[in-house]
Amino acid sequence: MAAKKPKLAVWKFASCDGCQLSLLDCEDELLAVAGAVEIANFPEASRAIIKGPYDVSLVEGSVTTPHDAERIHKVRRASKFLISIGACATAGGIQALRNFSDVNEFVSIVYASPQYISTLKQSTPISEHVFVDFELRGCPIDKGQLLEVINALLNERKPNIPTHSLCLDCKRQGLPCVMVSQGTPCLGPITQAGCGVLCPAFDRGCYGCFGPMESPNGKALIEKWQEMGADDAEVLRSLRTFNACANAFEKESRKYE
Amino acid sequence: MTHAVLERPDLKSLFNILQKAGYTTIAPTVRDNVITYENVTDQSELPIGMTDDQKNGSYRLKKRKDKSVFGFVVGPQSWKKFLYPARLKLWEAHRNGKSFSIAKPENEEKKLAFIGVRPCEMSAISIQDKVFLKSTFVDSAYSSRREQLFTVIVNCTEPGGTCFCTSMDTGPRAKKDYDLALTEVVKKDQHYFLVEIGSDQGKEIANKLPLKEASEEQVSEADKRLNEAARKMGKALKTDGVKDLLYENAENPHWEKVAERCMTCANCTMVCPTCFCSTMEDSTDLSGEIAERWRTWDSCFTMDFSYVHGGSIRNSSSARYRQWLTHKLGSWQDQFGTSGCVGCGRCITWCPVGIDITEEIKTLQECDSRKSKSN
Ligand code: SF4
Ligand code: SF4
Ligand code: SF4
Repeated sequence: MAAKKPKLAVWKFASCDGCQLSLLDCEDELLAVAGAVEIANFPEASRAIIKGPYDVSLVEGSVTTPHDAERIHKVRRASKFLISIGACATAGGIQALRNFSDVNEFVSIVYASPQYISTLKQSTPISEHVFVDFELRGCPIDKGQLLEVINALLNERKPNIPTHSLCLDCKRQGLPCVMVSQGTPCLGPITQAGCGVLCPAFDRGCYGCFGPMESPNGKALIEKWQEMGADDAEVLRSLRTFNACANAFEKESRKYE
Repeated sequence: MTHAVLERPDLKSLFNILQKAGYTTIAPTVRDNVITYENVTDQSELPIGMTDDQKNGSYRLKKRKDKSVFGFVVGPQSWKKFLYPARLKLWEAHRNGKSFSIAKPENEEKKLAFIGVRPCEMSAISIQDKVFLKSTFVDSAYSSRREQLFTVIVNCTEPGGTCFCTSMDTGPRAKKDYDLALTEVVKKDQHYFLVEIGSDQGKEIANKLPLKEASEEQVSEADKRLNEAARKMGKALKTDGVKDLLYENAENPHWEKVAERCMTCANCTMVCPTCFCSTMEDSTDLSGEIAERWRTWDSCFTMDFSYVHGGSIRNSSSARYRQWLTHKLGSWQDQFGTSGCVGCGRCITWCPVGIDITEEIKTLQECDSRKSKSN
């Protein structure tokens, strides 16, 4: 391991903070992480800010304002390794639902003085603005995966973050498929693994929190859902959540508008 | 006495005697709306009076009209999960200054007894034996479990909707490799298991069971039901020349058609009792003092599976589905001298979109590109 502790910074864009809190949620391992890296910028955890450049930047949130569209370039310039974390940073997040409508309409309904709001028409992932070294999916991210990426970086090895379907993990855990055994619509076949198969383990279909898997076939899955009785509205709702603007989900959902 | 009878009330003694002999008894039981293979200590935990309705992409647990103990077919996952666990630590290494030492994890040496193995599943175990025990290298984790295994077959008198063991010559009656085999007969006034002994260790256990000599009528009743079962398969697969068919049709446009439906989700390979592919995962602790190597089930449906420097060889879904089918039914024969499919039907039932291996082969047979060439 490098003699000097790498400097780690955490940045927030449009998001709920849930992903960066995953780091604080690493209770048992948190002290080890704090011992292995110098936490240089992490407003959720400490007010102390250490100047860049940073060895690793974790970027949470999507870009939704002109100001953030500039700021992300500064973060990139100050970071050796940039990892975007969570559905907002990797796909635009739930706030990317605006991409399907007219954001000005929302603004005029929600805010008493809309003239003070400066926002972009679209919510976009970090990778649309700068080069991203690694993307960690999920809404929120899985703390085990976060630790794995930090661990891999520290030990200069490849992180074990699969991009295959959720179904593989579902079967490795010995869970019976809820689509087959109960006719419950599940997004697992087109969703990337990583959550620990939370929903099928509780008899629910997957909600797609980790976004599209490596080779998603949304058409085949949704046709099956419809055969099982899901109507267009249900399909649209299911595909348009935290990863609504992730390519494969978006493409499939457009057919059901 | 090659044929004996175990009366229904005496089934409990099978569990007791195996447990006394030091075995952990694993058997079918109802859990999460399906019949799965789990630790079962008493016959009362078996799916008594239950059955499974299996179709392409669909499985439903149902009540039976009778009190059959084994009135269903194969569960969502095979016995593979015990002999070849989905996730297994192979070794760990500890750093000692500039060198390191390797420690082998303790393999749990539990003696397992599988009760309720179907004939196709026994064939699948024998196929995995070829892969793990009889190839160039012996898989020690598999062999430590397999060598101590005791198998109680239950022959199939009621095949399921996706079964085709008759086509694959693996059932509905087990021919070899087992310790004990039961055929359950439920009639108005009788409920018994016809017992066949398949090995010396099977004989040892059988000697301790309260068995009765089977009457001719009891034997012929079981035979009759098994013969009928062979004619009631939910599916069929014409295996003649299937290897050449697959080898000669690598460029058949039909693979693209399957790819329109296939989600490359990998369920089929995970549930298949013979699929044996794995991947290695190296991990470290945060300080880099301890490294571990884990083996997990893998699938030819993932991109990583065929990844070499620069990218995946099997990028398209069609290439991945073709790989699966061609290995399973074709090149498996060159590699291990047997088909890789035993006709259990799991990949058909548990494919979320119900892609059917027997249908795909049938279609390929119909649109065999060699035919169009000679025309
Ligand atoms: S329950 Fe969902 S994730 Fe699990 S195998 Fe079925 S479709 Fe895949
Ligand atoms: S290929 Fe399908 S039918 Fe054949 S053994 Fe595997 S799961 Fe069973
Ligand atoms: S055949 Fe079915 S189970 Fe197998 S990868 Fe394709 S969709 Fe998944």
